[in-house]
Amino acid sequence: MSPEKVNHLPESDTKLTLGLPGAGGECHRTKAGTKRGFLETVDLNLMSSSNDNKHCEENDAMASTTTPATKAQVVGWPPVRAYRKSAMKGSCKFVKVAVEGAPYLRKVDLEIYHSYQELLSALEDMFSFLTIRNHVNERKIIDNVNGVEYVPTYEDKDGDWMLVGDVPWKMFVESCKRVRLMKSSEAIGLAPRTPAKNSSKS
Amino acid sequence: MSYSSLPEDVLEHVFSFVQSDKDRNVISLVCKSWYEIERWCRRRIFVGNCYAVSPRMAIRRFPEVRSVELKGKPHFADFNLVPEGWGGYVYPWIRAMAGGYPWLEELKLKRMVVTDESLELIAKSLKNFKVLVLSSCEGFSTHGLAAIAADCKNLKELDLWESDVEDPSGNWLSKFPDTCTSLVSLNIACLGSEVSFSALERLVVRCPNLRTLRLNRAVPLEKLAHLLRQAPQLVELGTGTYSADLRPDIFSNLAGAFSGCKELKSLSGFWDVVPAYLPAVYSVCSGLTTLNLSYATIQSPDLIKLVSQCPKLQCLWVLDYIEDSGLEALAATCKDLRELRVFPSEPFGDEPNVSLTEQGLVLVSEGCPKLESVLYFCRRMSNDALVTIAKNRPSMIRFRLCIIDPQTPDYLTLEPLDVGFGAIVQHCKDLRRLSLSGLLTDRVFEYIGTYAKKLEMLSVAFAGESDLGLHHVLSGCDSLRKLEIMDCPFGDKALLANAAKLETMRSLWMSSCSVSFEACKLLGQKMPRLNVEVIDESGPPDSRPELPVKKLYIYRTVTGRRIDMPGFVWNVGEDSALRLS
Repeated sequence: MSPEKVNHLPESDTKLTLGLPGAGGECHRTKAGTKRGFLETVDLNLMSSSNDNKHCEENDAMASTTTPATKAQVVGWPPVRAYRKSAMKGSCKFVKVAVEGAPYLRKVDLEIYHSYQELLSALEDMFSFLTIRNHVNERKIIDNVNGVEYVPTYEDKDGDWMLVGDVPWKMFVESCKRVRLMKSSEAIGLAPRTPAKNSSKS
Repeated sequence: MSYSSLPEDVLEHVFSFVQSDKDRNVISLVCKSWYEIERWCRRRIFVGNCYAVSPRMAIRRFPEVRSVELKGKPHFADFNLVPEGWGGYVYPWIRAMAGGYPWLEELKLKRMVVTDESLELIAKSLKNFKVLVLSSCEGFSTHGLAAIAADCKNLKELDLWESDVEDPSGNWLSKFPDTCTSLVSLNIACLGSEVSFSALERLVVRCPNLRTLRLNRAVPLEKLAHLLRQAPQLVELGTGTYSADLRPDIFSNLAGAFSGCKELKSLSGFWDVVPAYLPAVYSVCSGLTTLNLSYATIQSPDLIKLVSQCPKLQCLWVLDYIEDSGLEALAATCKDLRELRVFPSEPFGDEPNVSLTEQGLVLVSEGCPKLESVLYFCRRMSNDALVTIAKNRPSMIRFRLCIIDPQTPDYLTLEPLDVGFGAIVQHCKDLRRLSLSGLLTDRVFEYIGTYAKKLEMLSVAFAGESDLGLHHVLSGCDSLRKLEIMDCPFGDKALLANAAKLETMRSLWMSSCSVSFEACKLLGQKMPRLNVEVIDESGPPDSRPELPVKKLYIYRTVTGRRIDMPGFVWNVGEDSALRLS
């Protein structure tokens, strides 16, 4: 009666880790760091205005005494309760995030992110079988095992399903009711990306 | 006449004076008849881990219980380390108690998933239900609360401490019938949306024994005075939002209302504070013993003015806006202070935004002779400061220090903070709880293992160098019950060498450490009375055995593997090869 288990990362994925000493036992802890390193090396064609390029990859070695990169991305540290975090902010915007085909929903507070970049990063962490790959025209979300592509979509205040990334971040936070990563094949019929956002087709 | 020939009811009467669980447990071990007598007259049980025992077992042994306290998720769930759906469901307990404890009066839950169905079952089945405390719980909505309000005729206490409550539309507060006059304590501070003020007011007016009222943010300041005038007997008050247009009539009304509350000892709330309205509470300051300003974004000068008027203060929760200067004033005024918690206003910022350093804590440790419980977020620390604090306050019982940047060394010497924490455990011989931070080697764990003999709970992050660190703690800390570790280079050796120790503890949490799946399996096989649970959301951990397990939660239990594990939790016990499908 167990729910369908999510696909796991194939071994080759560990080769994606950047700048890590090879010793076992370190990859796990720097999983978030791995992603930061990866994201940083790719040309990101995202809408975000505040690009967090403070994300550095050299801090991944656990044995060293350097501090991890951006504190906000180390889950569980500093040990401030989620309740307190949201209370301090004054407002919070929790939305459910679903991935088509995955049995687990997650809830995220959109207010703690400042850009699409950060949100997608966080989603990568939460649904660890996905990788955000960035192509020339748009970002793609890919299931590592079977290569299935997902498109991030959201339901807005009017009940319409839109593609994530088309409106300025703050507007998105304000109008988003829930997020769904849909399989690309199912996402036909959604408003296409406005041409201005794309670089010229290859 | 020997003890064993004393009549049962005499023994029962004697036992009734023994309230502590530990003592009761000892009594039950004396002999069979004492075990029997004791179990029939135990009225209160505390289950620190809801998976350690089954509800049926608990009810079978203690059939006449009136008060149950349960805890669910591990503590690190507070910091988002435990994925949603992990467990901690209270429903099986409630279903069992509906039949087994029909006269149950009190239920206190912490970090559990509570559904509306559970709340409705309580309301329907427990005719004498009086006290419901849901601390850091989730999974329920105001529909469930409506059922409690409507059907629990003798409700005395409803406390939703920092729980996550869904609020579909509907006015649950007005479901308290007019005949309900028994409320003593109501804490709805965590509710996000408005409650009907008129329903609230009517409730307050008809409950003359109301001592505790913690409002939620949605209750406007202009209405607070009105409420206070209806309940001048309040001992504990949590305000709603503490801001309003600056108008003298609102102020004088509020100040007048507060001055009528002669019994007020505890204040909290203060959301969105407008400093100009703070003086409205000055009239009650002289009697205050507890002040929770941890959501109040007010600066040091206003905090100093407030705190300087509270000489009887025993417990202060505050943001780091208080700064060293505010803590100095605290140390000068509040000689009765037992507990101090300083929370970070900007925990994710890279730079300090306030002038709060180790000095503030040192000053409080010097000026407050009764200080025994500390939670302190700061950005720098020194061994000297820690040694001073330790020597000043050897009676410290809880010491939780969080230096925000992981692995921050002593800012003066750039050394690890081993010596400083070592001094804490050496001087504070009654220390029960400790949280470490900063740059720490295996040395600090050696100190802890050597000296911290009364330590019950230890929290560690980004510390240590090798398995020796973990080994020191597991082999040396005789009283250890809970150990939680994140991001430390602790692996298989220490864990396997101290397997037996784990059965003497409530639980062990390790995440982002270096424990292999093999070791987990071995441990699970060796120790049938432990549940060794591996949490891994990306797939079966044995499919990548070369990688360390991401999250590990080990706890002792008498009921074997739990049956409600989600797909991302694996119990690696002896039959781990058989996966239930």
